[in-house]
Amino acid sequence: MSKNEGVIYRISGPVVTATGIEARMYEVVRVGHEKLMGEVIEIHGEQSVIQVYEDTSGIRPGEPVLSTGQTLSVQLGPGLLTQIYDGIQRPLKTLEEVMGVFITRGVDADGLDLEKKWEFVPTASTGDEVKGGQVIGTVQETDTITHKIMVPPKASGKIKSIKSGEFNVTQTVCKLDDGTEIQMMQEWPVRHPRPYSQKYAPDTPLVTGMRILDFLFPLAKGGAAGIPGPFGSGKTVTQQSLAKYSDAQLVVYIGCGERGNEMTEVLDEFPHLIDPNTGKPLMNRTVMIANTSNMPVAAREASVYTGITIAEYFRDQGYDVALMADSTSRWAEAMREISSRLEEMPGEEGYPAYLSSRLAEFYERAGRVETLNGEDGSVTVIGAVSPPGGDISEPVSQGTLRIVKVFWGLDAGLARQRHFPAINWLSSYSLYPQSLNQWFRDNIASDFPEVRTQISALLKVEAELQEIVQLVGSDALPIDQQLTLEVARMIREYFLQQNGFDPIDAYSGVQQQYAMAQAILTFQEEAKKAMAAGARLQDVVNVPARTELMRARFAEGYLEKIGGLVEAMVVEIAETAEAN
Amino acid sequence: MTSKEYKTITDIKGPLVFLEKTEPVAYGEIVSIRLSDGSEKNGQVLDTSDDMVVVQVFEGTEAIDRKAGVKFLGDVFKLPVSKGLIGRILDGAGRPRDGGPEIIADEDADIIGAAINPYSRQSPHDFIQTGVSAIDCCTTLVRGQKLPIFSASGLPHNDIALQIARQAKLRDSDEEFIVVFCAMGITAEEYNFFRSDLERTGALENAALFVNLADDPAVERLITPRLALTAAEYLAFEHDYHVLVIYTDMTNYCDSLRQIGAAREEVPGRRGYPGYMYTDLAMLYERAGIVKGKKGSITQFPILTMPGDDITHPIPDLSGYITEGQIVISRELHQAGIYPPINVLPSLSRLMGSCIGEKTTRDDHKKVSDQMYAAYAQGRELRGLVAIVGEDALNERDLQLLKFADIFEDKFLRQDRDEDRTIDETLNLCWDLMTSIDTKYLVRLDQELIEKYHPEEKKE
Repeated sequence: MSKNEGVIYRISGPVVTATGIEARMYEVVRVGHEKLMGEVIEIHGEQSVIQVYEDTSGIRPGEPVLSTGQTLSVQLGPGLLTQIYDGIQRPLKTLEEVMGVFITRGVDADGLDLEKKWEFVPTASTGDEVKGGQVIGTVQETDTITHKIMVPPKASGKIKSIKSGEFNVTQTVCKLDDGTEIQMMQEWPVRHPRPYSQKYAPDTPLVTGMRILDFLFPLAKGGAAGIPGPFGSGKTVTQQSLAKYSDAQLVVYIGCGERGNEMTEVLDEFPHLIDPNTGKPLMNRTVMIANTSNMPVAAREASVYTGITIAEYFRDQGYDVALMADSTSRWAEAMREISSRLEEMPGEEGYPAYLSSRLAEFYERAGRVETLNGEDGSVTVIGAVSPPGGDISEPVSQGTLRIVKVFWGLDAGLARQRHFPAINWLSSYSLYPQSLNQWFRDNIASDFPEVRTQISALLKVEAELQEIVQLVGSDALPIDQQLTLEVARMIREYFLQQNGFDPIDAYSGVQQQYAMAQAILTFQEEAKKAMAAGARLQDVVNVPARTELMRARFAEGYLEKIGGLVEAMVVEIAETAEAN
Repeated sequence: MTSKEYKTITDIKGPLVFLEKTEPVAYGEIVSIRLSDGSEKNGQVLDTSDDMVVVQVFEGTEAIDRKAGVKFLGDVFKLPVSKGLIGRILDGAGRPRDGGPEIIADEDADIIGAAINPYSRQSPHDFIQTGVSAIDCCTTLVRGQKLPIFSASGLPHNDIALQIARQAKLRDSDEEFIVVFCAMGITAEEYNFFRSDLERTGALENAALFVNLADDPAVERLITPRLALTAAEYLAFEHDYHVLVIYTDMTNYCDSLRQIGAAREEVPGRRGYPGYMYTDLAMLYERAGIVKGKKGSITQFPILTMPGDDITHPIPDLSGYITEGQIVISRELHQAGIYPPINVLPSLSRLMGSCIGEKTTRDDHKKVSDQMYAAYAQGRELRGLVAIVGEDALNERDLQLLKFADIFEDKFLRQDRDEDRTIDETLNLCWDLMTSIDTKYLVRLDQELIEKYHPEEKKE
């Protein structure tokens, strides 16, 4: 018989030690008279060490501790979308109703609205043999998302009865012949990955609409990417752009230990923004987790698990889900803070020795899978990293880079030049092009990978030439190298720079990206020809049609116009040769 | 509540006192320690268990011996708040320092301060005109923002902070700011400078000062900003004031934090600062903002001096990750005799986008700011090149940009300590200065704006 009531022995910040309970690791307990939520993270003989998700000021030794027998779980079912939660899935809106504008403590709130009725449409019938993960019905949760109700992963059997009509999430909609009752809501422990049939190799890109990402450093659906960068280099803007424009069907956005005003901005903005892929408000496909930097540190630690479990749940319904975690460094710091309170032997820079394995476990929950229902679903994870001083030799950056296959390195120097997105094209990499090339060839252009190679080669040559320019000035270079510099400048200013705040420029389809890259190569080609025929570089560069070509990307319908603009440029460049 | 006095101190170490055999003591509880000479010191519980209690003593442990009596006061640290705080000067622990009476409290507020629910926040969007061109044009301040000044020793950050405090206003509005000033470990001289300036301009009547000076106990510095912010929150959210909180110097605060960490034998993070410094700083900085349904606001201006002018030092680094931008003061510009020596290149206001434009400042603000910034950045870069190859190697465009960098510093950055430029004056000045560059090189401006504002291309 396990004892479920004990007393507090010691309190040190968010870490509380209790005696007299026989709790399991990671079991949820209630601490003190106010019943603050906590989780058992260590057991020493009679003592259980608990991390508490709320402020512990004023709590005394001797107050009661109750064990609940459950591990930290989230409620999954209709009602998740458009929600904004704290790190332990309490809806912030409900917290506001109960506590006012400041978050105090001791309030319990359900993750889902237990009263709201949803229209349940069964897709299975009485007598069907069903197994865990199989879809038995649907709920139209928002305009764009059909929520699929699944048999809980561990249940299976023959359907004895299944209902149709309006139910709340706790009412039974289906019974199996072994007596299992299935409701629309299921719970899942956050630290456990949800099961699937098998993992596939990714072969489809996650189209983000950001030219430098899709074109040079593509991320696959089901892949994992890390974005390290010092403060002010645009991590959050990049993450928000991805949340807005990427072609995932669902987005889980975790604001982990970041600024309160940033979350507010997302909350203000998303309901009014239209998803370019569906034409509906972005909020309809979004779940947000906001555990800002001044909210309890233990809940911050839990927030990434809460987020990824929700993402996996939608993946299991056959959706492509993108998860943004901003910032994983704050998550790692939460681990460090808890670990130091536990007086554990520290690893590098005070981080616990298990930091890299925790990071690996987290990113490993990304992937493209065959769901238990036999469908294709994916979770793509994009983690921001905030290295101290921008130096990525620190443990969190290094631990992340060992796992992720895409590295988008943000650069303070570029940000200072107002080159946005400030992603460094020399240090960034993606290991996916090989597996994605076929998709690009089939869907965009048969020579897509070759065009990409040419563009990145030009950027590499530019970097080498710039070193010489720094010493002798650009006029000292031979004229063909000066042209290369101009072409590279066009790549940087016209192609790589993208204004995330401009309603049109913020999103470029891959087709348009390809057309723009081609336009640059055409310019290079034509300029070479004209200069061979005697044209001056300056005249070639300054043809008005080229300026027009570059400026027009801020106007609507650019993809349709670009062909004509390139033709006009070709004609004008040819004229510069004739003028001489 | 228990008022039993314990004489069970076992260890005294740095700012910490350890004692045993107490009744259950609450985490965070306030402690009063009576010394053998009858004087008293205050502290707070940092760790509590059945066997051992750890108390952090705000005034330092000097003269405490094992016979000292320890009383637990049964409550966490609270500040008596009321409108009566306005016009008062308090010490670093919230006691009157101006010889005036005790504050008559409307309520006692917990100084730790609860986190604002992100759902209940309102996005800041009101433009604050500081009258300083470099800030108004390039790193625009927004009401409810937290925008630190990253400075270093020997630089005029105090003058800049005071100039902002004097001049800050909303455009077309006479709503004024109330200043809550929080000094942490600054010298008496610096404090007198602040106080006399606030007195001179009459702002002192509309200010509340919390003062911990360099010779006051270092550990007390950990509560001083919390007192100031608690007062600010009360005035902003209970009495609808717009509060500008200036605190200086964050570097001293962080050093006190490190001192406590070291005394507790905690595992240190970078440069010996505790691993939780990010969270700790966030609990101060995040107390800026505006909340739904309340009229007041809190805008924060923390000042920190970067040790060794190093922006990657943990203090500016962690601050930069939390605050909504930064204003960086440059030694190079200061040495060149330019006031205010603000280096706009690494400076940033993250909320700028939400408060500039046709409706709030002017339609050309964004593009003018981008163009000024870009031209200055390029001009500065060219200075490096010129040092190697000479001006002769530059083409016409580069020469113009090179000259522009000088003009930018001399005419745009430079202004008097009492010069209060309106945003229109600032933007017009930008256009005047940009006439030194051919319009064809002003690629960040569009034709429409050039025709509307450019002094030489204007079409009336």
